[in-house]
Amino acid sequence: MTESYLAFGKTPWDTIGPNLLQLVLGLVAFAAIVYICFLLASRASVKAQDWLKYLIFLVPASLLLLIGLVYPTIRTLIMAFMDSDSQQFVGFDNFAWAFTMPEILTVLRNTAIWVLLVPLFATALGLAIAYMTDRMKRAAVVTSLIFMPMAISFVGAGVIWKFVYDYQPNKFKPDIGLLSAITKALGMTPPNWLLEAPVNTLLLIVVMIWIQTGFAMVVLGAAMKNVPDEVVEAAMLDGAKPWARFIRITLPMIRSTIVVVLTTTMIGTLKVFDIVRTMTGGNFSTSVIANEMYSQSFRAMDYGHGSALAIILFVGCLPIIAYNIRQLRLERTER
Amino acid sequence: MKSTKGRVFAVAATAAVAALVFAGCAPAATDGTTVNCDDYSKYKGHEGTEVEVYTTIIDPEAALFKQSFADFEKCTGITINWNGTQEFEAQIPVRVEGGTAPDLAIFPQPGLLAKFAGKGLVEASADVTASVDANYSADWKNYGTVDGKFYAAPLGANVKSFVWYSPKVFKDNGYTVPTTWDELITLSDKIAADGKIQPWCVGFGSGEATGWVGTDWMEDIMLRTASPETYDAWVTHKIKFNDPAVAKAIAQAGSIIKNPKYVGDVKSIATTTFQAAGAGVVDGTCAMHRQASFLGGILASDNGAKIVDPTDTTTENGISVFYFPGASADNKPALGGGEFVGAFSDRPEVQAVQLYLTTPEWNNKKAKLGGWFSANKGLDEANVADPVNKVAVQILKNATTFRFDGSDTMPAAVGAGSFWKEMTAWVAENKSDKAVLDAIEKSWPKK
Repeated sequence: MTESYLAFGKTPWDTIGPNLLQLVLGLVAFAAIVYICFLLASRASVKAQDWLKYLIFLVPASLLLLIGLVYPTIRTLIMAFMDSDSQQFVGFDNFAWAFTMPEILTVLRNTAIWVLLVPLFATALGLAIAYMTDRMKRAAVVTSLIFMPMAISFVGAGVIWKFVYDYQPNKFKPDIGLLSAITKALGMTPPNWLLEAPVNTLLLIVVMIWIQTGFAMVVLGAAMKNVPDEVVEAAMLDGAKPWARFIRITLPMIRSTIVVVLTTTMIGTLKVFDIVRTMTGGNFSTSVIANEMYSQSFRAMDYGHGSALAIILFVGCLPIIAYNIRQLRLERTER
Repeated sequence: MKSTKGRVFAVAATAAVAALVFAGCAPAATDGTTVNCDDYSKYKGHEGTEVEVYTTIIDPEAALFKQSFADFEKCTGITINWNGTQEFEAQIPVRVEGGTAPDLAIFPQPGLLAKFAGKGLVEASADVTASVDANYSADWKNYGTVDGKFYAAPLGANVKSFVWYSPKVFKDNGYTVPTTWDELITLSDKIAADGKIQPWCVGFGSGEATGWVGTDWMEDIMLRTASPETYDAWVTHKIKFNDPAVAKAIAQAGSIIKNPKYVGDVKSIATTTFQAAGAGVVDGTCAMHRQASFLGGILASDNGAKIVDPTDTTTENGISVFYFPGASADNKPALGGGEFVGAFSDRPEVQAVQLYLTTPEWNNKKAKLGGWFSANKGLDEANVADPVNKVAVQILKNATTFRFDGSDTMPAAVGAGSFWKEMTAWVAENKSDKAVLDAIEKSWPKK
């Protein structure tokens, strides 16, 4: 890149400059439109204001929702029942393909393993750390260290962990993989970490848990702070041991938060794409639905197969979302 | 005082401008010598016309193209408007259907060209056809031909049938460059027996595109073990992917790639990137690495390699290439790619430009500017400075057959899908030849 800039006597700013200007202009234009809308709305009569506020707030949102969510969903649904270049309807062929091809069955199995393990371990670890640091001095040091991976993008995390799992086949060259080095130090021969199924899928899952534990810890920690001290003290006076206090008091009192953490992590895990794509590219039996969906649609140019996988993913998310919403409603009525 | 100084400066400036203007009157060649316009007499008679060339080639390469026909423009009065865009493949159908087709289009692959045969593309003139017949092999003309009609003339070329090696390492160990497949195997055995370095480094890893290296191996070997016609039938699925001819090719590829004596740990080929594998040739941990010409640039910038002439056996970290040998010394197929210039207009000035680009004169002029070569038979190797490109020109000149990268022209579901995946599984999971070919055959789109 640098060379081409030099060749034309340009600095990077010659490219960044105009783009930055466009960005600023766009933001200013957006602010101006919003301002004008509010100005007009405030001028309107009180009666008109009533429906104007619905109009101003709802129309752009629902329009964007229609373009960005509803339309693509319907189109994907239609394409899932059509052939590779969306020319003819093929009925349930694409779904039959998804549930019979051995490779795709592996993909579905992998996704199930991800969805089971990541929320379970991330929440359990997050809960344990949150409980342990709840009344700890200088907990901020520990919690911020554990929360830090949240700030790293999935691709970034994938690249970092790829180095951890690096395997050097040539015995004359030094190892740069942390895990291989540890294994060798213990006097064992390291396997080619990312190559051997099913260990490789578990190793990828570790990356996701590493990222998600911080999230679970922070949210659950905040919920624990809300557990009234009186209740805990009363239990202590009654002679409850720490473990019993945790099981009988803390857990039930933060139950709804645990459900939220579990379900959001689960939905996030269902959609996992970046980690798999950066670390193995979906090879060596590690692919998951989101990655396979992308490969089928935009690599193999088979929109039928890709859309069918997208629909499977969508249907897989639905019950979790439904449960989540029901829980929130229940909670609201309880209050 | 001040005003006098200003005036002197003004006079000097005027003189300088005048000098520039006068210099412009006598046609000066790009290298400083004056141009003999007699060379361009057969393209004359089109003064003041313009020809648009629509292409994927953009700066900095485009600047070299413009430089290469500056003299042509001066002498003939034809202005060539170079219109380079990365959106070429998406935009060319729009422009042709919209009635604003360019005069000339440089197609980066023959598949795209074929879509416009009879739909706007104009058949090449008799002069262009004669020049291509004289200057290019039949294979190259064939890629510009659709349904028996010749449309597009070849332009630049690239070659993939290379084995990278270090001339110094070969010299130090007394190894010689093999010229036949048997010699290649004998050499590999010898290097393995010496035990000082690994004979081959192979890496299929390339992020989400992991496996394409394997498809290149297959194609190169397919050209060596089967006839060109069988290769074409394989690419277009006229024979099945699990045909015995294909099975023979993958078995031969396996005799190197899946031989632990040659490549070390076979499984790890799948997780080794092709760049990392190629780096082994630079640091002396392996002797040979099969890869296209672009690898040189990567190894030079990332691993401190120096691209040297095959005869330079003293340079430390010096790497070069030899031809990936055929079955016998006179079996010399070449795998690669190239561009083709098709015309959407039969105006005489358009045909003149198309003709000029097929001449040895232009090809030599362009090659001299560096970083480029073509399959033109009149291209003098002496005009190609880069040692690797020089070998490439020799390969193209000696080639008994020339074929395009097959996976690029197969349907994407195979060429960028199952073919990659299965070649990866072939090494990673030690999947059998038959299982690999059967799986790819099964994935071929049914229509």
